[in-house]
Amino acid sequence: MPYLKCRNALCIACLLLAACQRQHRDIRPSPTRLAIYGDAAKEDALRPGGRVNSQPVVNNPYNASAYDISEGQRLYNWYNCSGCHFNGGGGIGPPLIKKHWIYGGEPANLFDTIVKGRPNGMPAWGGRIPEYQVWQIVAYVRSMNGEQPRSATAARLDTIQTNPQTIVNRTTGPTK
Amino acid sequence: MKRTFVAGLLSTLLLWPLGAQIQNQPDDGQWPMAAKNYASTRYSTLGQINTSNVASLKLAWTFSTGLTHGHEAAPLIVNNTMYIVTPFPNYLYALDLTKPGAPMRWVYQPDPEPSSQGVACCDTVNRGGAYWNGKIIYNTLDVQTVAVDANTGKEIWRTKLGDINLGESITMAPVVAKGVVLVGNSGGEFGVRGWLAGLDAESGKIKWRAYATGPDKDVLIDANFKPFYSKDRGTDLGVKTWPGETWKIGGAAAWSWISYDPTLDLFYYGTSNPGPWNPEQRPGDNKWSSTLFARRPETGEAIWAYQISPHDMHDYDAVNENILLDLTINGQPRKVLAHPDRNGYLYIIDRATGEVISAQTFGYVNTSEGVDVKTGLIKWNPTKQTGYNTVRDACPAPPGVKDWTPSAFSPKTGLIYIPHNNLCYESQATQANYISGTPFVGMTVRMYAGPGGNRGVFSAWDPVQAKTVWSVNELFPVWSGALATAGDVVFYGTMDGWFKAVDARNGRELWKFKTGSGIIGQPATYKGPDGKQYVAVLSGVGGWSGAIVSGGLNAVDGTGALGFVNAMSDLGKYTTKGGMLYVFSLP
Ligand code: HEC
Repeated sequence: MPYLKCRNALCIACLLLAACQRQHRDIRPSPTRLAIYGDAAKEDALRPGGRVNSQPVVNNPYNASAYDISEGQRLYNWYNCSGCHFNGGGGIGPPLIKKHWIYGGEPANLFDTIVKGRPNGMPAWGGRIPEYQVWQIVAYVRSMNGEQPRSATAARLDTIQTNPQTIVNRTTGPTK
Repeated sequence: MKRTFVAGLLSTLLLWPLGAQIQNQPDDGQWPMAAKNYASTRYSTLGQINTSNVASLKLAWTFSTGLTHGHEAAPLIVNNTMYIVTPFPNYLYALDLTKPGAPMRWVYQPDPEPSSQGVACCDTVNRGGAYWNGKIIYNTLDVQTVAVDANTGKEIWRTKLGDINLGESITMAPVVAKGVVLVGNSGGEFGVRGWLAGLDAESGKIKWRAYATGPDKDVLIDANFKPFYSKDRGTDLGVKTWPGETWKIGGAAAWSWISYDPTLDLFYYGTSNPGPWNPEQRPGDNKWSSTLFARRPETGEAIWAYQISPHDMHDYDAVNENILLDLTINGQPRKVLAHPDRNGYLYIIDRATGEVISAQTFGYVNTSEGVDVKTGLIKWNPTKQTGYNTVRDACPAPPGVKDWTPSAFSPKTGLIYIPHNNLCYESQATQANYISGTPFVGMTVRMYAGPGGNRGVFSAWDPVQAKTVWSVNELFPVWSGALATAGDVVFYGTMDGWFKAVDARNGRELWKFKTGSGIIGQPATYKGPDGKQYVAVLSGVGGWSGAIVSGGLNAVDGTGALGFVNAMSDLGKYTTKGGMLYVFSLP
């Protein structure tokens, strides 16, 4: 079960209901505390001598609320993530809707990718985006991949929708 | 025969007799700059390979670059050496043409900053170098120009010209005129302030820098500046045609081709789209974005300018090539430049004055309804104006009827051979937030095929009659350069990997060869040390149109790669990535 911050009775009560995920709202975001998880790029699966994975599991404190995900989506556009990754398909940066992550797709990996940047052109956002907003963006990026509860995930993007009524045929184009 | 003195004159840039037409450039069988010559004709007088024997053209040798991003460069061939500039990390390979199989002589690695890959709008491409006085001069993605000893591969100088943290990069091939290296920045999608700089070719020292926005003194506009049209006259238009201080992040980058007329002593180039794409954030003409400039190479001073697309709303950069031609039009001899623009018009412009002689569409256009040659104004179609409202079926799409893909001109046929697109789009603007070093666009886009369903066209244009003579439809946008030859054979490549030879007079396919990856490079031809004619091209899909394959993008999001993904979702079924040089000759 995803980690949820519950500070009041209403929240505890709604923990029992899936709809809770749409209601939860963190009213006291944590102060900026960046890059606290060490270098949380994905660990290599090759472990000499058969050691086990030593990477700590870090859950997103903003993991399950519709509010955080929709805030994450707004911030994803506001900080121009969309300028390089578009609506997840990628462009200048790699796609964010995918199975195979270069630096890992776990919340801690994504957090560190955003805060520290990555060497081939992913900007380092540490000090520029407050920590709680980074987590909200992480939640949104995970939601693009269906890694968040459906009930908390926005049904549509905020951008232009394909309109089947007026859109021209993809192969023949518009008529002159 | 008059000879003009050119500092650091080199054997390959021969001079032509006064009075000769500029398109009849001297040709010693080499390929010293991306566009072949200053007139940018991409025409070779070599005719060994011709319409009757090209069918037997065979692969001579190949060379792998070991890289998987888009290969847009033209190979250079000078003194029996071939030089290849690669996409990031911008290696320079020198191949020895005197030995069988052209083994590598050396490789120069400039070691550009890897983070610069994040500010390359449209794949980490490079369009090639220029040979000058014993040096290969080219640009790196992280905004540096380097000069390398053409013989030894040792670096002679390097000059840092800009800052990736301002969203700047360089992808263009420089041109050297009168000992001055002409270089411009990229970053029209990153809110840069566009510029073109002149560097001393021997030392790399910056002699001047001409911004495309801002006060006249920064744009190098002074008393000698005489635009042909009144719409382009006035003081400090690079400030006054923008709201507030937005000109400081207004784009207008000079990221593409440069031509030079030594007789008029003017060089020509265009500037990019204004930033952001969202036009609602920048009411006004947004000078000098989407503009053609004529300048002096030694001082950079502007002699004339013509804003092709004032207040651009569709990403119609004016950066496409300018082919310099001396033509007889309506009975009058005219010194012109031919400029096939993104906005869909092929402009024939008096290159001494900037007067538009003709401007006719060379593809399907509905975003505008003509160009008035009296006023120089384009008539935008108000129903296709982009903004916060959704606009659908606007043609051409942002890459235009034609993007950077350079055309060729044959003095034998008098035709311009144009690789181009047939794309339309839908869009909706969003508020763009300027954060330096990140994109500044504010437009969600989806592109798709234009009328007919073919996404690409290769066509032949008559610049005197101002009309298409023949055209060949292609499945994908034609994103390679064109090459014309005295054998009346014209070459180009397709994004699904075919390298094609067609008859210059009618477009009939004469030969084709399937390369390992899609072709977006610029073909070149040369005379080898054995006296044979060779044709060379880089294969290696990518670029803006091919980013879906080179960048491994996810087609579920049609807005990817500035909306190009929507039009290219099937490219991965036709080709895979990988850079390889192919060289062909007759058996
Ligand atoms: C200037 C362009 C740019 C911007 C803006 C940008 N990114 Fe990136 N991003 C990249 C590039 C390029 C990479 C690939 C880096 C590498 O491979 O080293 C990347 C990588 C990533 C990755 C890692 C992908 C993987 O497979 O491991 C994630 C996650 C990511 N970006 C998320 C974001 C988020 C969230 C934002 C906004 C806060 C953002 N990016 C803003 C260019 C950008």
